[in-house]
Amino acid sequence: MNNVVAQLQRQFHDYLVSLYQQGFLDNQFSELRKLQDDGTPDFVAEVVSLFFEDCSKLINTMSRSLERPENVDFKQVDSGVHQLKGSSSSVGARRVKNVCISFKECCDVQNREGCIRCLQQVDYEYKMLKTKLQDLFNLEQQILQAGGTIPQVDIN
Amino acid sequence: MAGEIPNLAESKLTALVVDDNLVNQMMHHKLLDRLGIRNDVVCNGQEAVDAHCSGRNYDLILMDMEMPIMNGIQATKRLREMGIESKIAGVTTRAEEEERKEFMEAGLNDFQEKPLTISKLVSILHNLDFYVQT
Repeated sequence: MNNVVAQLQRQFHDYLVSLYQQGFLDNQFSELRKLQDDGTPDFVAEVVSLFFEDCSKLINTMSRSLERPENVDFKQVDSGVHQLKGSSSSVGARRVKNVCISFKECCDVQNREGCIRCLQQVDYEYKMLKTKLQDLFNLEQQILQAGGTIPQVDIN
Repeated sequence: MAGEIPNLAESKLTALVVDDNLVNQMMHHKLLDRLGIRNDVVCNGQEAVDAHCSGRNYDLILMDMEMPIMNGIQATKRLREMGIESKIAGVTTRAEEEERKEFMEAGLNDFQEKPLTISKLVSILHNLDFYVQT
């Protein structure tokens, strides 16, 4: 049993480190993990779930705003990008946040084609991150079910 | 303060989170909770003003800048006009000098750039004399 737990913990550690190394996450995710405690053991999962719902809604709204070339509401798009940048920054979703920076630049110069490319990119990145974090949370569950504890991971 | 989260529950501080972003609301609420600070959350400046009009008062207000209906600058000015003396800390991703200056001049006591962390919140509490760092 201890070997199983140790192996799962090692897997969890290595996977989380790889997410930082590949730029999916930044240090803010560590800050998020620090907030989780015994009283709120699902805090991280709940926050990221909210983030992904936010992504989905904002992307849909921005997509509608960008639909018709003759009538793009760049103010609406900018507002959506601002929201997305804010929440991605808060959860440590580094790649999503970085796309938002480019997205904002395209909005500022009213570049519809650029905005559409960024929208597609942000959609791809958040869905990719969602899959990765689901795998991470699944590993957490396996550790807990095997009687182990979730390891602290120092990424510095 | 690596690994050390101060517990300020004994000080019975109260705070109001003012932010339109649901993820930030959840984060800031939890940050304050972890430090033992009871807190409420509202979605924009107008709701912050309404909360005070209904008689609620807080030691600390964490005020976002960009919000619909009433933004952080407008809300801060309004609260000061109403005579609210709570400590108000502006928290925003918009950190250009001009915008920061305008926000401070509206009546803030402190300013922090988002995303908020435990360290940044402790820094706010220290700057506003709610917590003495040892």
